[in-house]
Amino acid sequence: MLKPVVIVVGNGMVGYKFCEKLRAKSSEFEIIVFGEEPRRAYDRVHLSEYFAGKTAEDLSMSTAEWYAENDILLHLGDPIKEINRVEKTIHSQKGISLKYDFLIMATGSSAFVPDLPGVEKEGVFVYRTIEDLDLMKAWAAKSKSGAIMGGGLLGLEAAKALIDLGIQETHVVEFAPRLMPRQIDSAGSAILQSKLATFGLTVHLNKSTSCIAGEHKIESLKFNDDTELPLDMLVISAGIRPRDELAKLCGLEVGTRGGIAVNEQMQTSDPNIFAIGECALYDQMIYGLIAPGYEMAEVVANNLCNGNKQFNGFDMSTKLKLIGVDVASFGDAFITEPNCRTIIFEDTHKGIYKRINITNDGQQLLGGILIGDAEAYSMLLQTVNNKIVLPPNPEDLILGSRGGAAADGAGVMNLPDEALVCSCESVTKGDICSAVMDQDITTIDGMKKCTKAGTGCGGCIPMVKDIINGTLKENGKYIKNVICEHFDYSRQELLDLIRINKIKTYDQVLDTFGKGDGCESCKPPIASMLAGLWNEVILKQDTIQDSNDRYLANIQKGGTYSVVPRIPGGEITADKLIVIGQVAKEYNLYTKITGGQRIDLFGAHVMDLPAIWEKLIDAGFESGHAYGKSLRTVKSCVGSTWCRFGLHDSVSFAIEIENRYKGLRSPHKLKGGVSGCVRECAEAQAKDFGLIATEKGWNLYICGNGGSKPQHAQLLATDIDEATCIQYLDRFLMFYIKTADTLTRTATWLNKMDGGMSYLKNVIVNDSLGICESLEEEIAELITHYTCEWKEVVDNQNLKKKFNHFVNAPDEKDPSIKFEPLREQKQAAAW
Amino acid sequence: MTQTQWILVCNTTDIPENGGGCVKVGDEQVAVFNFTRRGEWYATQNLCPHKQQMALSRGMIGSVGDACEPKVACPFHKKTFSLLTGECLSGDECAIKTYPIKVDEAGVWIGLN
Repeated sequence: MLKPVVIVVGNGMVGYKFCEKLRAKSSEFEIIVFGEEPRRAYDRVHLSEYFAGKTAEDLSMSTAEWYAENDILLHLGDPIKEINRVEKTIHSQKGISLKYDFLIMATGSSAFVPDLPGVEKEGVFVYRTIEDLDLMKAWAAKSKSGAIMGGGLLGLEAAKALIDLGIQETHVVEFAPRLMPRQIDSAGSAILQSKLATFGLTVHLNKSTSCIAGEHKIESLKFNDDTELPLDMLVISAGIRPRDELAKLCGLEVGTRGGIAVNEQMQTSDPNIFAIGECALYDQMIYGLIAPGYEMAEVVANNLCNGNKQFNGFDMSTKLKLIGVDVASFGDAFITEPNCRTIIFEDTHKGIYKRINITNDGQQLLGGILIGDAEAYSMLLQTVNNKIVLPPNPEDLILGSRGGAAADGAGVMNLPDEALVCSCESVTKGDICSAVMDQDITTIDGMKKCTKAGTGCGGCIPMVKDIINGTLKENGKYIKNVICEHFDYSRQELLDLIRINKIKTYDQVLDTFGKGDGCESCKPPIASMLAGLWNEVILKQDTIQDSNDRYLANIQKGGTYSVVPRIPGGEITADKLIVIGQVAKEYNLYTKITGGQRIDLFGAHVMDLPAIWEKLIDAGFESGHAYGKSLRTVKSCVGSTWCRFGLHDSVSFAIEIENRYKGLRSPHKLKGGVSGCVRECAEAQAKDFGLIATEKGWNLYICGNGGSKPQHAQLLATDIDEATCIQYLDRFLMFYIKTADTLTRTATWLNKMDGGMSYLKNVIVNDSLGICESLEEEIAELITHYTCEWKEVVDNQNLKKKFNHFVNAPDEKDPSIKFEPLREQKQAAAW
Repeated sequence: MTQTQWILVCNTTDIPENGGGCVKVGDEQVAVFNFTRRGEWYATQNLCPHKQQMALSRGMIGSVGDACEPKVACPFHKKTFSLLTGECLSGDECAIKTYPIKVDEAGVWIGLN
């Protein structure tokens, strides 16, 4: 028997998702897809990322091979032009005629363009397809000012695109009195508007456009209030119009304002034809979001496979990041008193607005709006959807619990099993829990593969993580941060075992406490522990080191290495600067000043490293350990030696500290700073440890962090003398080295510590654990064992031999290494 | 059937224990791994297909799973590849070429087809 033929009209996100879902359920259908656009279905939700550097291929929903692999025939650039419902056939533009058993209309929508005089002018665009984006890109190159007509969700997305295109002056023009009128209220709109202003976006509300003026190309927008806005380009984003023209042509029932009418099964007025996504009109409503579109695809795929799933409308709650600002709206966002009670938190300083609407009896959450900080969104949405009884102080939901420990997401475990966690892929809490229980899935990546949760918009990922951990905890599974599959121990446990058993080599550690043959996850941390415990030269066990530690240099794009000599406190003589210059010139290295007040030399061939270091060491330099999980720099301002504000000699103190802890191996890199006065030019509060001079001595700060999640250091002690600073630093650093997990910076270590800063202060300052004496002894021992790793290499012929590319042709450089010119220097060739 | 041609590429002591080194075979760069812990030797292409970098010989070796499949991790982005089959173990579709390898008193031999 022949398989029933399913023809999908349209290859957008929903059309693609339908194919994926139907194929996953059954191979008993022949699936044929016709797409109008020249490329495979791509992620339209994240379209603006195209301007932020993503390629069309990056945005693609699937690989080129996916359709063939799944036995789906895809015709691109070939729209269907005619449907004959009597003969059940379709005819495409390129002349293909086929018979269908089921026809799926997934024709999507087009941009709604209002009938304004002048819309045909050059420089006026819509924002819908990659082709639209390419047109905008070409025009934007010569434009200084641009505007978006429409301040809704899509309009603000398009505004982001204009900013990314480098348009200097960007405007949003909205007819309504507020932004995103369907999602947020006036107060929220005002906060959003002021936030957007900081990104250079000017918002014009209550503006009704009368015409687009200009000769051939747009020159300005004219408004009914007789004002005018001069412009070089305009993007119209005033809403969407369902693509129902094909449906109309073949006599299917459509709504008066557009859209192909469907029932709960997504069936059109012809039982063999279904419509899904933005072209479908269900209960007088067009659903212009991705999650309901996917749900419709699921309903049809399910019904074709003899299921009886129904579409019953969809929760239009939404959370997005618009131009870097979180915006969320959920449940009944607009209900007002006296039908409910409203709790509002507004912070115009930080640009945060939160509103929740609760029932008059204070028992349940009805809906709300979040601007600027939408972290609570998933939990709030679940609270609405599952009618969870509110806590006695509902304001905690948006303010967080104040004064005590931070909320830890424990609330997720109170959700019922049917709570929908990932609405893009319809994954419930129960699905996630059973994946953890029955299939031992414990990671986000595993969960994505197993349940598809988090693969759509990604907004639910933090909650999925909490549910995984919560389920493990509830079932008594001890969540231990084991370092990898080869060891059933955390870093701290392993460190104790190695120390107590006096183990000196990686293989011994593996034989005694592990299994298998090790891997790239456990070798470097154990190497670091061995180096930290016994402080022997790491090149003795070089193959357990990360490439950077193995070659005592940082591997860079192209396979060359960079060289960073230590410049303690950032102080350097003219003679030493000259040597760096000479070395850079001789070996043709790219030079750059680093953020840590030293000089990085890039582009060194591995075989040149020993010779480069020989010259640097001759001039008095030492290894800067930029390649290691160890102390990098102690940054300093010039302090009282020159600065008219300086209270103490910050440079001398920084040099003393940097020299004291240089070479110290730790769970992650360590950075310090010393500022000579409260102006804090050394940015000491952004470092793992920092000192700021006071009239009476020094203030000591610890556990700060730059990087992707900046965090200010916290005050440990005030007005202490230099000896006490060193004493506390000794204790702090050794305590960190002994107790932190691998690759955990001090800030994260503190964040995870029970009792937080007050506990840590007690340990370091008040010696509450009675370990300070041994901490001080242990670090003193490490400090006396310091040697410059590069000096060891330069002095040892056998170690030097390890630095070549070909073991059988030691004098030859890697011929594949290529450079490109960059200003007056060079850069690695692109990959 | 083509005959495997064996080429002597280096001494056994040229490749560090439980690590790798790169040898030049004609114009090809081959990564040779001395898996001392298992008493095994492996050879693969030196090029990591992920970003086209000549780097696999500088990667860390180890094993994965209960079957202890031997693998190497590229030092650039930690993509891992099976030393037995060349298959990418990090979920990507790129694979690497493996070479026959044998060791005797003369040194390390790579087999070319």
